[in-house]
Amino acid sequence: MGASGAPDAAATSPREEPVIVLEAGRTDRHYWMDLWRYRELFLILAWRDLSVRYKQTVIGVAWAVLRPLLTMLVFTVVFGRLARLPADGSAPYALMVFAAMLPWSLFSTALGDASGSLVTNANLIGKVYFPRLIVPAAAAVTAAAEFLVGLGILVALMAYYRVAPGWNLLLLPGFTLLALLASLGPGLWLTALNVKYRDFRYVIPFIVQSGLYLSPVGFSSSVVPERWRLLYSLNPMVGVIDGFRWCILGGDSRIHGAGLALGLAVTGFFLWLGISRFRRMERSFADVM
Amino acid sequence: MPDVVIGAEGLGKRYVIGHQAAAGRYVALRDVLVQGGRALWSKTRDLMRGNPIVEGDTREEFWALRDVSFEIRRGEAVGIIGRNGAGKSTLLKILSRITEPSAGRVTVRGRVASLLEVGTGFHPELTGRENVYLNGAILGMTRAEIRRKFDEIVAFAEVERFLDTPVKRYSSGMYVRLAFAVAAHLEPEILVVDEVLAVGDAAFQKKCLGKMGDVAGEGRTVLFVSHNLAAVQQLCRRGLLFSEGRLVSGGAIVDTVAGYLDAMRALSRADLSERRDRKGSRRLTFTRVAVCDRSGAEIPRVLSGQDVLIRFYYESRLEQPDSVVNVAFNVRSGQGYLLANLNSIDTGQGLLDIHRRGYFECRWPKFNLRSGTYDCALFCSIHGEVADWIQSAFVITVEDGDYYNTGKLVDRQHGDILVDHSWSAGDVPPQGSAAKGDDP
Repeated sequence: MGASGAPDAAATSPREEPVIVLEAGRTDRHYWMDLWRYRELFLILAWRDLSVRYKQTVIGVAWAVLRPLLTMLVFTVVFGRLARLPADGSAPYALMVFAAMLPWSLFSTALGDASGSLVTNANLIGKVYFPRLIVPAAAAVTAAAEFLVGLGILVALMAYYRVAPGWNLLLLPGFTLLALLASLGPGLWLTALNVKYRDFRYVIPFIVQSGLYLSPVGFSSSVVPERWRLLYSLNPMVGVIDGFRWCILGGDSRIHGAGLALGLAVTGFFLWLGISRFRRMERSFADVM
Repeated sequence: MPDVVIGAEGLGKRYVIGHQAAAGRYVALRDVLVQGGRALWSKTRDLMRGNPIVEGDTREEFWALRDVSFEIRRGEAVGIIGRNGAGKSTLLKILSRITEPSAGRVTVRGRVASLLEVGTGFHPELTGRENVYLNGAILGMTRAEIRRKFDEIVAFAEVERFLDTPVKRYSSGMYVRLAFAVAAHLEPEILVVDEVLAVGDAAFQKKCLGKMGDVAGEGRTVLFVSHNLAAVQQLCRRGLLFSEGRLVSGGAIVDTVAGYLDAMRALSRADLSERRDRKGSRRLTFTRVAVCDRSGAEIPRVLSGQDVLIRFYYESRLEQPDSVVNVAFNVRSGQGYLLANLNSIDTGQGLLDIHRRGYFECRWPKFNLRSGTYDCALFCSIHGEVADWIQSAFVITVEDGDYYNTGKLVDRQHGDILVDHSWSAGDVPPQGSAAKGDDP
């Protein structure tokens, strides 16, 4: 029986019978093809997570609006008023904080939701086959939806502060994607670890919490001395946040070129690490759940 | 060759049971750190003393499935039979790609839909309609496919009026019907079904069985696992018998079932505490079953009509008075038909004391089965969690007795069950006089 041509046979026409050979270490072969085949499941799981979240909490949507606004308020008072840190150029401090809150919440929510997703979907994993990558990816979509709500608030804030966006704004989708990719890498890794070591979930909120203060959310990255800038940029969210501020606030914020490149490299590395770890552990998910 | 849709060669699945895994189902990082420290210490010690370093001495291997080879042809309906822990579910999990084999290979031609439980992924907060789409997608249907079959699914489930109600408000019957309806409308080339017919009411079970029969009739391949031997025999023509991870025999379903029942009878004479083919948390473990007469003296066989006490001895990890306990046992006939289920919830005695070592006693007055050997499964749950569950835990051997107190033995020619009853005769008066005669 020809096993080598199997994946193509299934890919070309759904009417033809796919032939699948199952043996130890073999699952790799049709993985990416399967990922595409199961795209509808991805969409429907994302939709489920989203609709369940807002069905269960009546104030769900209100919370999505309130949380970033309250955090912005606290940070503006603590860093801007009490610590008297400088804003980027002429931009209002609150707006500068909010421009960073947006990608940061996207990153941290996606990371948190993804890392717990396999455990909460354990019943599915043990009963049905599908590429497991779909579950954390679908969970991250909820974070993207909250991000859209945040964008709405941003527009309102910009109108309030009378800040007009420049052409830079066109690059915002690129930085959004970058934030998602930055969270996906570590997210997948943590997801897999979380399945294997269940007490790992206690570590994740701590990582996210310290990340909030290590990233330039409450302050401008220009506060960091020039000679430490490159080291600081090892945190991939530094580049993303600077990018967001540059897009939204215009020319007053600067992008640190070398830093951004370094951040990109770190993101790429984590993405590779996350996916390869996830793929390796994926085989045993059903056995350890 | 193209007619073989599933071909397994030397298939095996190994699980590694570490010592830390024995305590719980998953590993905690803390344990790994502690264990890693310990292992490092013992290795260092071995090295210092010049002992050979043994890698993985705290691990234990367990083959859930070993060296299994078989072929299944297109359109065959095959029943997979075996005790708990025989490897049936592992085989289905491999075939449905949930887990991968550790040895050997399987070649599968055609799309596989596996139904290892009904309602996988159903979400209580979502409505019936939403859950149909969700569950359908999980089972591998495309949205277009579900949309096309939607009305049919809803009609099959008989839940038209509740489509826009969250399923958390459904009765358990409605829930199961809807879940099965989705699954029943899958159109895979190969359908793999595990024990799902154990749910739902009798009428619906019959409907499901019929639907599965249709599937098999359409030239699709069905693999069916069930403890309901009657259903297996009705649906399948061929059987595969598994025992302790190995394929023991395969052939006509009637022979396979007979072989299984023989093996079970031999097994149930063995010591209960030695049995490994059990499921449950083991918070409580059955150790022995004693069939006794009215005075509590153990008897080798029951005579029909006798008052019987059955004692289930156990050991428990905890002493717990007034626990919510469901002790139950099933009685199956020699042909594998389920005759009765006796349990402490139905009789309203759901609260029982649990001792470290103790027994539950079931009183069965006027034993009403005819002569034969009856196969019994034993089950116990505590606070809703299965503690111990053993298929074919014991047998009851019955000989003909004087059930009706007539001084004569009833003989077993006519069915399995005896009914305490009596007869009398009445006179139907001729037409016309009836009304007058009945007036007070």
